[in-house]
Amino acid sequence: MSRTPPFRLVRGGRLIDRAFQLAFRFDGRHLRGVQGDTLASALLANGQMLMGRSFKYHRPRGPLASGAEEPNALFGLGQGGRFEPNQRASTTALVAGMVLRSQNCWPSLDADVGAINTWLSPLLPAGFYYKTFIHPRPFWKHLFEPIIRRSAGLGRAPTGPDPDRYEQAYGFAEVVVVGGGIAGLTAAREAADKGGRVIVLEQDPHWGGRTPTDHDGGQAAIDAALADLRGRANVTLRRNTMAVGLYDHGYLLARETLADHDPNQGIPRQRLWRIRAGHVITATGALERPLSFACNDVPGVMLASAMRDFIADYGVAPGKRIVVVTNNDDAYRTALTAQAAGLDVVAVIDARPQATGDGPQAARAAGIPVMTGTAVAKVKGGTHVEGVALCDQSGTGRVTGALDCDVVAMSGGWSPVVHLYSHCGGRITWDEAQAMFRPDPSRPPLGADGKPMVTVLGAANGDLRCAGDLERAEAPTMPVWVMPRNAPYKLRAKMWLDFQNDVKVSDVELAAREGYASVEHAKRYTTLGMATDQGKTSNINGLAVLSAALDQPLEATGTTTFRPPYTPLTLGTIAAEARGEAFQPLRKTPIHDWHARHGASWEPVGHWRRPYSYPRAGEDRYAAVHREILAVRNGVGTLDASTLGKIIVKGPDAGRFLDMMYTNMMSTLPVGKCRYGLMCNENGFLMDDGVVARLSADTWLCHTTTGGADRIHAHMEDWLQCEWWDWQVHAANLTEQYAQIAIAGPKARELLQRLPGTIDLSQDALPFMQWAEGELAGIPARVYRISFSGELSYEIAVPAGRGLELWEKLHDTGRDLGITPYGTEAMHVMRAEKGFIMIGDETDGTVIPQDLGLHWAISKKKPDYIGKRAQARSFMKDGGRWQLVGLESLDGRVLPDGAHAVEPGVNANGQRRTQGRVTSSYHSPTLNRPIAMGLVRHGPARMGQVLEFPMPGGGVMKARIVDPVFYDKEGTRLNG
Amino acid sequence: MLILTCPYCGVKAEETELSPGGEAHLKRIGPDGTAADFEAYLFARKNIKGVHFERWRHAYGCGKWFLAARDTHTMQVYGTYKAQTAHATDEIVANARQARPEWVPDWPQASEAVVG
Amino acid sequence: MAEALATIIRVEGLGMVTIRADLDHAGDAIAEASGLAIPDQTRIVTDGSRSLGWMSPDELLLVLPAAERADALTALTDALAGEHALVVDVSDARAVFDVTGPHAADVIGKLMPVDLDMLPHDGLRRSRAAQTAAALWRIPGGFRLIGFRSTADYLRLILENAAIPGSQLAPR
Repeated sequence: MSRTPPFRLVRGGRLIDRAFQLAFRFDGRHLRGVQGDTLASALLANGQMLMGRSFKYHRPRGPLASGAEEPNALFGLGQGGRFEPNQRASTTALVAGMVLRSQNCWPSLDADVGAINTWLSPLLPAGFYYKTFIHPRPFWKHLFEPIIRRSAGLGRAPTGPDPDRYEQAYGFAEVVVVGGGIAGLTAAREAADKGGRVIVLEQDPHWGGRTPTDHDGGQAAIDAALADLRGRANVTLRRNTMAVGLYDHGYLLARETLADHDPNQGIPRQRLWRIRAGHVITATGALERPLSFACNDVPGVMLASAMRDFIADYGVAPGKRIVVVTNNDDAYRTALTAQAAGLDVVAVIDARPQATGDGPQAARAAGIPVMTGTAVAKVKGGTHVEGVALCDQSGTGRVTGALDCDVVAMSGGWSPVVHLYSHCGGRITWDEAQAMFRPDPSRPPLGADGKPMVTVLGAANGDLRCAGDLERAEAPTMPVWVMPRNAPYKLRAKMWLDFQNDVKVSDVELAAREGYASVEHAKRYTTLGMATDQGKTSNINGLAVLSAALDQPLEATGTTTFRPPYTPLTLGTIAAEARGEAFQPLRKTPIHDWHARHGASWEPVGHWRRPYSYPRAGEDRYAAVHREILAVRNGVGTLDASTLGKIIVKGPDAGRFLDMMYTNMMSTLPVGKCRYGLMCNENGFLMDDGVVARLSADTWLCHTTTGGADRIHAHMEDWLQCEWWDWQVHAANLTEQYAQIAIAGPKARELLQRLPGTIDLSQDALPFMQWAEGELAGIPARVYRISFSGELSYEIAVPAGRGLELWEKLHDTGRDLGITPYGTEAMHVMRAEKGFIMIGDETDGTVIPQDLGLHWAISKKKPDYIGKRAQARSFMKDGGRWQLVGLESLDGRVLPDGAHAVEPGVNANGQRRTQGRVTSSYHSPTLNRPIAMGLVRHGPARMGQVLEFPMPGGGVMKARIVDPVFYDKEGTRLNG
Repeated sequence: MLILTCPYCGVKAEETELSPGGEAHLKRIGPDGTAADFEAYLFARKNIKGVHFERWRHAYGCGKWFLAARDTHTMQVYGTYKAQTAHATDEIVANARQARPEWVPDWPQASEAVVG
Repeated sequence: MAEALATIIRVEGLGMVTIRADLDHAGDAIAEASGLAIPDQTRIVTDGSRSLGWMSPDELLLVLPAAERADALTALTDALAGEHALVVDVSDARAVFDVTGPHAADVIGKLMPVDLDMLPHDGLRRSRAAQTAAALWRIPGGFRLIGFRSTADYLRLILENAAIPGSQLAPR
């Protein structure tokens, strides 16, 4: 039978407004739809039944469904960064000017060369990939994988960044109702009566679910319920909002679409709601199942409910001569709806021996032939339906007759949408009488209080009658998993279960024969339910076929796991505000803008941005580092050290507490003095270091590394609150209260003494490792005489709000001294020249202070400190540990950071044995040669020995073990 | 995603406002501990399907560490209590036993309290 | 173009003092020195230009005009002499934003996992704003939000993004 226009009915279509015509493009063709159309209804209204190609065989595909479960009609939408693949035609609203691209076809939807796969289908059974490409091994990598990768994947990824805006929002309600059909709205009213906040979420742009389409008086009932709910202050009704996942303790994610239809509006395109619900009511309805008869995938074969939606909701005739195939009463609604719209209903083919419900009676009364005990033996046609051959449902498919038609409406019964209920642990049970899995009321998901946190209502609970007065009498559904019941292989190999992934009845049976008895294994072996619809239409039918093949009840087979999201989420909604500049909270010091103005090349340190160096015109960042180091060594430089952690520890037990936190003794530190301290975890491993200053009898200030500030403060709080909670200590993280500036170099004192102030900065008054307080340049300041560069050095802490002022005054005052700002890399190189360790370079979470030759910073008098017991473990005292040494490259090249020193022999895995590694490696501008530090087995005892470091790509570098202090070992400069 | 009520400030905090701290009620083994005891303290952790006691810090709130009694399977929260508590309260024990009658606390006095 | 959901203003000139102490024991002394009553758990007491917020069981935050900060520090330190207590100036460590306007709650509701319906008129809620720590309380016409100084630009950015015109949370 050929298909002839017009396809838009003259009347009907409750969701469309024919007055507003919308032009759009489909694969280059100019078409028109109307306001309210979905892409599917608009294409059908243009006579376009072919909407896609299946994944594996590239078979022609028409729309199967009219909702979120659509597996076939998927398009690439939008252009450039807004391109999105796999958009469902059934749920995407038509917008004027839209550009649709068909997928998985080449060169075009109508003439797809990949369709040749369908002729190869006997060669492409379930598990095909696993069986075919295993041998010979090299073929996989060089031949099969590249080919499969090119042809795999449905749709293509967008190539540009998504230009749209997304956001998230937090919602709170005592009750959240998911589903705005009659069941949901009725439940919302009851919940609202109790006084708590109620949020109702509806995935579609319109309320009512199936109620208005399927029930006389349905729209009126919905309108009445909405009018009631809109009058209540404690009810929020939210349309266009898809509940995608339900998690522990009532955490519900829902996506609200705001500007999908108009991306240029400037508002967020979508919003992800993070809702905390006291209780969740899911009234999510049910999805209709296809029937498995031969060639049920020909375009024009669709779900009966979808066909009546297209007719009743959108005023579109998918065809003119309709055959309805069913195993239940509900599909009769489609027959009656089609007939009322003036279409020719050729017959209802009912697999049941008899059909006596209200629906069948009404159909007969309307003159529609009803053929019971009958099945479709085969659909005729290639790219569209031309007719059906009939047979007895109880037989093997011997053809008993034929009907001409251009579309087939099928209904294999309904499956409750139990996804949200199942996401968070709700169990389902097989209801034999209704042939469906439905929620098991005895095993619901539990909330924080141990009580059921989800109530399932309406069709989602297996109650397929409509709520309230809209009920009608329906005869039971008869399970029909294969049509006809005893279909031979020839027919079963043409019965599609998963329309997108081309999984057929015969494939699932093959999987069962090959031993894939577990439903999760069978799914992955056959790819059943792995398509973009995640098995919404295919799952139950496939499970039934698997159960039959295994000769076990469906209950025993069970279902695959329902996992969120219910429908795909755009990654933009998950990222939300965390994009671009707001990707992470970028932390800036009070002097940040000065660094930026002076050309800082940035280094991320945690969330901070610190100047790596300050390249001048004609310099790269490395040349700048070289210049900065020489400026500090020969004159004076400034480093923004504001990011260093600064934790105040105060109280009668503060000294005792710090003795536990640090490996060295802090309680004996005199007021006014500083001490370098090491902090280990209970495993004994070095976790942080820094200078501790004693501010007063009961107050210490602990400096931490930049990355360690929050972590070390939390570490202290943990021990204070949970272990020594009876000790009187307060710890406060004051990192951000202060700007801190390091002034280093032989001219540091000269510079600082030029600034007016009340602090005596002379060597006698303020020697190395002491601090003093007072006013400097009119700013209250604390000056620490500490050095990480090995030079004469002061670190000055001032209130953060005055940090920039001090920095600028220093630079104004020191211009003639050649004052130079230096960055983190100059700091790193200078400390390495001095043999100072760096947390994260010389440590990696497995290094103890003893490995680093820091015995002098480990108290032997203290009975206990965090990590002491661990450091006494046998392998911590083992002389075979890798220990810190200096490394001197023999050929003048800089050793690669992280390079491993090898030794003869291989380990158990056949790899070269290693005896050490490079932890820090630089070119030293001060010494004008490479320097490096590393951890080497028995290192300190092997001075002068030469190690070999194999290089990537071949070759070896050699380095001699030397003392790790390369510069000013006597410390005369820093004491200057 | 869990919700736990901080016993110090009463705030019903969601998991993103909290930091987890692993198993609760570990006894620190110091320098005098045997190798076996120290190993157990550092590494041996329960992996329970059922009633579990764990440490949480109200990191984005009042900053206090607290303890939670939670069912790792059903996600039911039997109660939260302060970190300076040797054992879960009798009320929490009763809640847990109501949900899991077969569960018995592994500290002596509380089980007696419940049985009695 | 429609208006932003709320006005976002960075507040300068505030002094802040963190007080750590046993509040049962030292409460009276703190109240006298700060000139404000001790707030209940998770509440903030405001009188004129000064507020005293409950931050944790042993921590209060005094917010006051910057000019009064030095005197307040001295007064509190003196009042708590002999107690196990910590009084520290944290004025420079903070960034403060006022978010006001008819849809101010929408802006906050996009960033903080806080049930604002349940936040009392004098409630103080410590939580997070997107990825950074923040504390929140009500002011006339909206909310005051305090975060860390280093993330001031981030806070301003996420607040302004959350306030873009036309993005109110009311169902449409």
